[in-house]
Amino acid sequence: MSKAVASQISIQDVTYTYADGNDALKHISLDIRSNELFVLFGPARSGKSTLLRLLNRLSDLTEGAQRQGAIYIDGEDIFARGVDVHDLRRRISMVFAIPTPLPGSIRENITYGLRMAGMKETVLLEERVKQSLKQAALWDEVKDRLDSSAFALSGGQKQRLCLARSLALEPEVILLDNPTSGLDPLSTATVEESLQELKQSYTIIMVPHSTQQAARVADRAAFLLDGELVEVGASEQMFMNPKDKRTEDYITGRFG
Amino acid sequence: MTRQNMNKLMIGMVSLVATIVVIPIVLVIIYVVYNGIGAINWEFLTAAPRNGMREGGIMPALLGTVFLTFGTAIVSFPLAIAAAIYLAEYAGDNMLTRWVRLAIVNLAGIPSIVYGLFGLGAFVLFWNLGTSIIAGSLTLGVLTLPVVISTAEEAILSVPQSFRTVSLSLGASRWQTIRHQVLPHAMPGIITGIILGLGRAAGETAPILFTVAAFYLPELPKSIFDQTMALPYHLYVISTQVPDMPLSNQYGTALVLLMIVFSMTLVATVIRTNMRRRREW
Repeated sequence: MSKAVASQISIQDVTYTYADGNDALKHISLDIRSNELFVLFGPARSGKSTLLRLLNRLSDLTEGAQRQGAIYIDGEDIFARGVDVHDLRRRISMVFAIPTPLPGSIRENITYGLRMAGMKETVLLEERVKQSLKQAALWDEVKDRLDSSAFALSGGQKQRLCLARSLALEPEVILLDNPTSGLDPLSTATVEESLQELKQSYTIIMVPHSTQQAARVADRAAFLLDGELVEVGASEQMFMNPKDKRTEDYITGRFG
Repeated sequence: MTRQNMNKLMIGMVSLVATIVVIPIVLVIIYVVYNGIGAINWEFLTAAPRNGMREGGIMPALLGTVFLTFGTAIVSFPLAIAAAIYLAEYAGDNMLTRWVRLAIVNLAGIPSIVYGLFGLGAFVLFWNLGTSIIAGSLTLGVLTLPVVISTAEEAILSVPQSFRTVSLSLGASRWQTIRHQVLPHAMPGIITGIILGLGRAAGETAPILFTVAAFYLPELPKSIFDQTMALPYHLYVISTQVPDMPLSNQYGTALVLLMIVFSMTLVATVIRTNMRRRREW
């Protein structure tokens, strides 16, 4: 199991500009506490996913983009020289909006990150397979067919497989980019339930499927609009009694 | 004319033109088979030519072409894959990449006799390899590079981007991602490209003319530094250089060469079809 106290993240005055000159994020400063389920919400193209991809430096793949400001994870600057970006991505693991199994068996999917990190001991790998599938509430459904193709799973199962694949790395932070976008209400409920379980061991940052989902799952939330951070607060206050007029308008469905 | 009739007319016309394209190839095959099938027997395939090549078989030329095809594959495969990986995965849009791409496009347009002269200058003389299988394989390898690189790059690019993103997000390095998520899924496409390239190489005469092909050499080569006979050149020789050559012998040789090239194309097609069927995504 991971350590009980997960990482905390400090985002300090981050501005992110794409190659075409558009600011995707403007002077974002944000602190995310350990073991909380933090939700980033806002309309499309408000910068939520961009911010997530900065946290594990998947943003490095975007050519020509410029970043200012700093991000610290447990006090460590993730953009500093000498940071092992592969190790960072194992510590800050991501689940994408569309379920994205890799070609191969369920087992191969779960162990992929570990094998790439150099883990070879079969016993250890097997242990992680079992443990992570249980954490993602998928073990009972697939335990008898770990060697069958990951593509044979249903949409909801695929997404839980992706979650398990991230958990197998025993990360400190889990980034969830709209993990229930393609799922039916029942699967969504399963995923949401497991999140409550998971935040005991991990810090979770999530872009939700909807404002309703944000209100259901979040401990704290941040509202983003056109790359600006409008408001941060505890869930009850954000969704029941927002301070900013724009947050209120968005939550009550006046735009977005 | 109504729109519907115009539509029918145009569909009819393009279908007709498309069919016309097939006619020459079918005629060539029928013609070569008709004239050549009589010459083909066990002796023709397994004996060396005799009596100034007017009798006997084509075995040294046939095996020479097989050796050269293998040699070409060994030269072309690693170079083409490396180039395709660079172009598809690493290359940005910069001066170097643009030059590389320009070079590949232009390589594809160079007449094969120029490859032959290049091979003579570079491999036979400058590298001092002599007229040899290795010099011929290198020359044919360079000849196949453009088509193999292009197909391989296409195969690599057809692997969904999400596999790369997911692999990287799980902490894999760029090379691990290519090695484990890109190449295995691109490999059938790459192999298809190689086989198509080899099919072309197997049928070329000009590039082997000065680099490897022997006019008449009934013994088999003993090493890669020896000359060898090869089918396309043998066909050229018996068609133009040998008086009183029996016609059936010429067409028989042409038929064997055609069969080699066609069977390679067929293998490539089968691999591609299989890959499409077995693909999970």
